[in-house]
Amino acid sequence: MRATLTALLSGLVFGIGLVVSGMSNPAKVLNFLDIAGSWDPSLAFVMAGAIFVTSIGYRLILRRPAPEFASAFALPGRRDIDMPLIGGAAIFGLGWGLGGFCPGPAWTAISAGDTGTLAFFPAMIAGMWIAKTALAQKRALKTS
Amino acid sequence: MTEFTPFASFFGGMLIGASALILMGFNGRIAGISGITSALLPPAPPAAEAAWRAAFLAGLAGAPLLYQLATGPIERTVQSALPLMIAAGLLVGFGSVFGGGCTSGHGVCGLSRMAPRSIAATATFMAVAVATVFVTRHVIGG
Repeated sequence: MRATLTALLSGLVFGIGLVVSGMSNPAKVLNFLDIAGSWDPSLAFVMAGAIFVTSIGYRLILRRPAPEFASAFALPGRRDIDMPLIGGAAIFGLGWGLGGFCPGPAWTAISAGDTGTLAFFPAMIAGMWIAKTALAQKRALKTS
Repeated sequence: MTEFTPFASFFGGMLIGASALILMGFNGRIAGISGITSALLPPAPPAAEAAWRAAFLAGLAGAPLLYQLATGPIERTVQSALPLMIAAGLLVGFGSVFGGGCTSGHGVCGLSRMAPRSIAATATFMAVAVATVFVTRHVIGG
């Protein structure tokens, strides 16, 4: 129960951060990516603010033996750079550049119900499910 | 044109960082939106694993409503061409899960840990996104 409440709080703060920073606005994201045109460097400041807080805070938190409401920190341990990583990131970048939405801002946009969001969001969920299924099959092939 | 907002953007970024610290400090989890979302899709995780993820996403989706109550309307311009937005959604959803993360998991949490996979992924999706906007706005659209 406590872990559910802290996750709710974390989601709320994340969403407020996206709105305050302007990152919840796809027009602002596309202008950030448009270096040769109507460049709006604001989103570099979003990343800087987020990484500034997270890099210092993680260092302090990860020194502790365990999180407050779980038995261990769940940290990705892989360090190899493989094709799914780079290919997936490239496909994500293509979609991000086309629509101006990445997953977080898409979640903060659904309550407003713009036509573009209502097209984007279910398609994003479908794309995630396809990738999840493909990765599970790949894993099954490897172990069999 | 959108207005350059360095202070609001830096402060909003710090809030995103605070959110990542809450989720790591209390739940021991990376605040990666694509990972949290896709874990809830079929085959769904056990109830205890699903609850915190659903709560996080409820907070994320509900945040703009709270913000609007406190301050007023949120500026948001979404492209309305349906085939474009459907294609963009499929690519973003597939690519972020296949690549193990998006702007939050790789871009914020991964870079903060100096994780080599996240550095490679972030450099890739930023470069491709910039190239995509260059092509759509200045080569095709120019």
